[in-house]
Amino acid sequence: MNKERALLGYVTRLGDNALVLGQRMVELVAAYPELEEELANANFALDYIGQARMFYTYAGELEGKGRGEDDFAFLRDENEFHNLLLLEQPNGHFGDSVARLVLFEAFYLAQLEALTRCRAERLAEIAARAEKEIRYHLRHNTQWLVRLGDGTDESHRRAQASVDELWRFTGEMFEADEIDTIVEKAYDGPNLGELRERWQADIEAILVNATLGRPEDGWMTSGGKAGRHTEHLGYMIAEMQYLQRSHPGASW
Amino acid sequence: MSEKEWPLYEVFIRSKSGLSHRHAGSIHAADDQMALDAARDTYTRRSEGVSIWVVRSSQIVASDPAETAAFFEPAEDKIYRHPTFYDMPDGVENL
Repeated sequence: MNKERALLGYVTRLGDNALVLGQRMVELVAAYPELEEELANANFALDYIGQARMFYTYAGELEGKGRGEDDFAFLRDENEFHNLLLLEQPNGHFGDSVARLVLFEAFYLAQLEALTRCRAERLAEIAARAEKEIRYHLRHNTQWLVRLGDGTDESHRRAQASVDELWRFTGEMFEADEIDTIVEKAYDGPNLGELRERWQADIEAILVNATLGRPEDGWMTSGGKAGRHTEHLGYMIAEMQYLQRSHPGASW
Repeated sequence: MSEKEWPLYEVFIRSKSGLSHRHAGSIHAADDQMALDAARDTYTRRSEGVSIWVVRSSQIVASDPAETAAFFEPAEDKIYRHPTFYDMPDGVENL
């Protein structure tokens, strides 16, 4: 794989992560228990959709075949999405959503910070914009995990169960494949080993604050980065792509 | 599960440096930090502010509407307290 192809794959994956998580959060719009959190969730979802648009537009330019953001979002099949499995899991209850966001965003923030220093100039610019958004998300969501973990017996028990349940999806974030390795070498991209150390330290500190236990590293589920998904993604993109698939080219 | 409402907070936004904070509205939140976040996400989504204050509504001491006459009317006929006799220099917007 040459370095241009690797960069295209890398940027597309960033877009896939942002879009799939953003779509999951969109599913919760109008379903939040409090008005203020409802707005926060919708804001955060839009941040992710906005990031997906920037990554996909850039990917389309790198590819040079005339595909735009909508082609990436609405006209690719399940196996062409290379997002992390963690992000396509169903929302579950509020504690599940919070736990997922904290586990992912602690990684994503470190990834974006590293990307602001990479030698693919455009990617570094997008990362710099996204980093500010994610820094706030993580702060907000971390506070929620602490409130839930250090709250009542019931909220503590459920928050712990959420973290335990999602833990097996966290290993995939740090599995370096050819794309990660080439982008690291050719563009000074993130080193996943370093990101893993930083993530573990950050997550452990958050869990201590939240009085939650750190799950054991057992068997980790992966495959999303290579297009092998859990059964949940297909349903999600079927709903997301329905309009463009049945009315091709429809626009506002 | 308790159905207790979160406390009410009043939100004050400074729209740009040099101006004062103005009351923007109110939000519910369980603690101070949550109130600040909720204020940010509710009232500064369209870049309305550069600084936010939140304060528990219960901490605000307000004048009594029934006392309006005694409280405010004595100031009404004292026009000499208004600085209307000065010429305003051109270009001064926020005075």
